[in-house]
Amino acid sequence: MIKITAKPIDVQKVIDTASSLGAGAVNVFIGTVRDSVHNKHVRWLEYEAYESMAVAEIRMIIDEAAHRWQLQGWAVSHRVGTLKPGEVAVVVAVAAVHRKESFEACQFIIDAIKAKVPIWKKEVFEGGEAWVSANPPLVIHSN
Amino acid sequence: MMNLKVFGVARDIMGGGEIALTDSIHSVGELKALLLNRYPKLKELNSLVIAVNQKYASDEVSVAETDEIAVIPPVSGG
Repeated sequence: MIKITAKPIDVQKVIDTASSLGAGAVNVFIGTVRDSVHNKHVRWLEYEAYESMAVAEIRMIIDEAAHRWQLQGWAVSHRVGTLKPGEVAVVVAVAAVHRKESFEACQFIIDAIKAKVPIWKKEVFEGGEAWVSANPPLVIHSN
Repeated sequence: MMNLKVFGVARDIMGGGEIALTDSIHSVGELKALLLNRYPKLKELNSLVIAVNQKYASDEVSVAETDEIAVIPPVSGG
């Protein structure tokens, strides 16, 4: 399951979707909205996605991870819209035969999502706002 | 007429989420050069990437009016 959603994420549902009887480990990453950035109070974040491409990019990332770590199951859900501090922005759940593979696959997937999936967030502070550009620059190589 | 989907900070800089170009453009490289020239503030971003038909495209990729073309500023999901 890959989902880009404007509704609050049901974390348990993402975990249940990833779970598999063939797995000895389910690893879950939950990304949440912080209440301060660089000592500034965050009022809310505004997320937006190029949804169809975001789903396609996440699918490619999952395919690579599934192959590399022999995943038994997986699910990713990412919020868009207005999120307040404490809300869940992204959930990645993977099921693997052993815990080591589950940790590595989960980290790989969230790192790749942050690096190359077309999703953006704007931080709205007391008295200002800013698009976030914290991730490393995207570099596209010729084929 | 070439229609661009524009996201994030690029949308603020270019003044809309859907931009129509009447210029004759044949490649991603030409498109980027035109955009950087027309919207100089785009040069301040730490990356600017074009997606063609929902795939990131390097400069030599050709583009046509029938393609789905998107302007991708630095991503910040997660």
